[in-house]
Amino acid sequence: MEAIVNQLPIGLSIAAVLLLIALGLTFTFGQMGVINMAHGEFIMAGAYTAYLLQGWAGRQAVLVALPVAFVVAGVMGLILERVAIRHFYGRPLDTLLLTWGVSLVLQQLARDLFGAPNVQVRAPEWLQGGVGILPYNRLFIFALAVGSVVAIWGYMNRTSQGRRMQAVMQNRQLAAVSGINTGRVDQRTFFIGSGLAGIAGVALTLIGPVGPALGTYYIVDAFLVVVAGGLGQLRGALIAAAALGLLNSYAEFWTNASLAKVIVFVVIIAFLQIRPQGLFVLKARALT
Amino acid sequence: MTTTVRNVVRVAPPPAGPSWRGRLRAPAVFVLVAVLALVVAPLLLEPFRLGLLAKYLCFGIVALGIGLAWGQGGMLTLGQGVFFGLGGYAMGMYLKLHDAGGDLPDFMVWSGVEKLPALWVPFENPVFAVAFAVIGPVVLAVLLGSLVFRQRVRGAYFAILTQALAAATVILLVGQQGLTGGTNGLTNFFDLFGQDLAADGTQRGLYIVVAAVLGVLYLVAWQLVRSRFGRLLIAIRDGEDRVRFLGYNPATVKTVTFAVSAGMAGLAGALFVPVVGIISPALLGVVPSLELVVAVAVGGRFSLAGAVLGAVVMGYAKTSFSEQFADGWLYLQGALFILVMTLAPKGIFGLAATARDFVVSRRPRTGRPLMSTGTADIGGPLIEAQEPRA
Amino acid sequence: MSGALLEVRDLSVVFDGFRAIDGIDLTVEQGELRFLIGPNGAGKTTLIDVITGLTRPAAGSVRFEGRDLVGRKEHEIVRMGVGRTFQTSVVFEQLSVVENLDLAASFRRPLWSLARRRRGVSDAVDAAMRTTGLDALADRPAGVLSHGQRQWLEIGMLIAQRPRLLLLDEPVAGMSGDERARTGELLTEIAKDHTVIVVEHDMDFLRRYASQVTVLHEGKVLVEGSVDEVRADPRVQEVYLGRADDKSRTGGGGEGRAGGDGDGPADGRSQAGDGEKSRGPAVGSAAGEVK
Repeated sequence: MEAIVNQLPIGLSIAAVLLLIALGLTFTFGQMGVINMAHGEFIMAGAYTAYLLQGWAGRQAVLVALPVAFVVAGVMGLILERVAIRHFYGRPLDTLLLTWGVSLVLQQLARDLFGAPNVQVRAPEWLQGGVGILPYNRLFIFALAVGSVVAIWGYMNRTSQGRRMQAVMQNRQLAAVSGINTGRVDQRTFFIGSGLAGIAGVALTLIGPVGPALGTYYIVDAFLVVVAGGLGQLRGALIAAAALGLLNSYAEFWTNASLAKVIVFVVIIAFLQIRPQGLFVLKARALT
Repeated sequence: MTTTVRNVVRVAPPPAGPSWRGRLRAPAVFVLVAVLALVVAPLLLEPFRLGLLAKYLCFGIVALGIGLAWGQGGMLTLGQGVFFGLGGYAMGMYLKLHDAGGDLPDFMVWSGVEKLPALWVPFENPVFAVAFAVIGPVVLAVLLGSLVFRQRVRGAYFAILTQALAAATVILLVGQQGLTGGTNGLTNFFDLFGQDLAADGTQRGLYIVVAAVLGVLYLVAWQLVRSRFGRLLIAIRDGEDRVRFLGYNPATVKTVTFAVSAGMAGLAGALFVPVVGIISPALLGVVPSLELVVAVAVGGRFSLAGAVLGAVVMGYAKTSFSEQFADGWLYLQGALFILVMTLAPKGIFGLAATARDFVVSRRPRTGRPLMSTGTADIGGPLIEAQEPRA
Repeated sequence: MSGALLEVRDLSVVFDGFRAIDGIDLTVEQGELRFLIGPNGAGKTTLIDVITGLTRPAAGSVRFEGRDLVGRKEHEIVRMGVGRTFQTSVVFEQLSVVENLDLAASFRRPLWSLARRRRGVSDAVDAAMRTTGLDALADRPAGVLSHGQRQWLEIGMLIAQRPRLLLLDEPVAGMSGDERARTGELLTEIAKDHTVIVVEHDMDFLRRYASQVTVLHEGKVLVEGSVDEVRADPRVQEVYLGRADDKSRTGGGGEGRAGGDGDGPADGRSQAGDGEKSRGPAVGSAAGEVK
């Protein structure tokens, strides 16, 4: 019983990070048919942003880094979208391979810029300690994810930009002939999605070291969140991230770390037997 | 039967069937390559280089399977490393037990294992080990394929799932130190069926076995691609839902193809171990699996020959470049990949076919449409297999 | 049980709360050539989708040769002898015409036997190729065919499978006048020895080639009868002229349904996502033709 409680904050903070990462993936996948393997490197960029800002902001770097990392990662995403990905819309498999090439280059770049060994970002003093079993740093990550989801939800449903984004996601052609500049909407989606990955990167500095391969540890799980949650679905991503984060941490705790991923994989496959298109689906009648 | 619909649209008569020369060209090329690989290469190359070539050819076998599953069938599998690893570990376990000669394998002793784990016992038998190297991957692929394809999970979803499988497998292998040798994997093999593995003669023999296996599997894949099954596979790749309305169950066809590609990868893994002398998690995870897919894309995913060629070329490039400057290789690989996907998504073979069609289409006498029909016999459609947008 | 080939009973299909089909009964006898018509959103294609297993009904039954089709998978229904074409013709562009037809004709072969190469052209493929007039294009990739030729290829693929019931979804949509005429002849030819249901929008085409017609409106059967009866029916005229009189809402008289006033939306055309997509040019002229 005690174990269940103790493991909860770990599971929830992992879930929170997964959610931040998966949101960008699910929107770019759902809206543009793009599988962005370089998304993991936006996480890494966010984390290194926090690392670099230490020189200037000291222990408050994490706080300062949140908006900066959002912009840094967002701009990286925007550049990637403009330079390469937009030529590949609707070809998810090709974008997957293309962006993997980008991911390789970015990882090597990080290795050359910051060195191969991991670096540490020192957490602000006010994030040390905790209430009861709840460490402040994990609470902070959790709050960060909640805040981001609320912001995204508000953006999508309460702003005209967000509604345009939903329109493009549901029916690109119809949106285009209705006078929506789909190219601009795509850019915004990419910027926001990548920016969220940057925030996830900052969050990860609170619970572990930063290295060039940081993104690769989370990208596969984040994609599983997208698969289980359904394409372009905020609700789906939310539930799937929570489920996967918790399942991961409890499976690791009760069996051992090496079996946990296999268990998660089997659970996903089993889940797809019931919901092959994920939790939530945009209904459309079309035949290939 | 009366012909009720007359087609008034005049089209140039279809090109007459290929001449006997054209029909013999592909087999001639195959024989030429086979002679080069089986006779000339062993005579010319020093043992070290021959060993490297054998390693690339092992990758070529995996690539052949990827070409079949992805290029022909549209199933982007990012987890071939898992099947390769199953085959490799099966072989590695046999070799370890054989070398230990009744004792525990060395790494188990170091990990404090006292009794041979039950999982290992059957692998004392070489026949079982080799059979498992193929059947194990096939069974896993059938299991995964039937569960996933039956539910119409496909395209990018399938790719993500196979990648997750690769990631999970690596973590599993690393974590079971006493059972699998952990990060180091299985290595330090000395003897294969009574032959000294370090001896030049053994390595040369192994090379010939690998090359012959690749040749045979290539013929099998080639036959499959040219058969009705191959047409069906292309039809499923380009319009899976439509195929259902022809009375076929695409899930079955895809599962079979995926299983064939998995079996190839497993066999490649089993050959790889005595050739290279190691199997470890680093050889079968997300990155090596993707690297092979990349190689296939570079070579030309729509042509079986392109897939194999891509694997061999990329294997060679990796060895030579990382010998020179290790860091640069990643840049180069990444950049090469970005370039290929952007400029030549059909790979080297696709470029060659496009160039040939361009030349052909400029000759006035042929009435061929400008749209390329690809390299017909290799089943080389030039339009990318893509999931249609929802 | 009557000897009808296809019996649809009290069928309902609901898309997110919208009743695309609202209690349809339809009986098609062996050897019939039946036209299904109706304005946009009447539920014609949805009905075909249900029969062929693409869409699941909320209620009702579909029986083919006495066996229930609901709940079966698409390929199983094809194997029972029900074939269909699509509005936007889908052929395999990378394969040649003859390969497309051969693939269609080979569906009853066991999977392992497909691993052999095709040698020559089977009788079924040859016959289909002649009937559709595509023999001259046999070795061309289907990707280079014109729109009309694709539709004929699709119909050819269908007859190569020797189905006992053919469902053609708007075979002449988007065709030129010449192509329409040829498709009509092809249809007449096929109907000689097949049972065929044609979903059509084009009134001119209907007048020339149809005998039995079922008119659907807002997910219900409005009228059923011969072409002349249907054309003379005031309700049909109303529906096609778009007069929004409420008295036209009650269910089809021919079927004698107990005046079920539908709870569908006021305008059958409002179902953007679910309704038929690509429309032929005939839409605009439809109303005028009926008159």
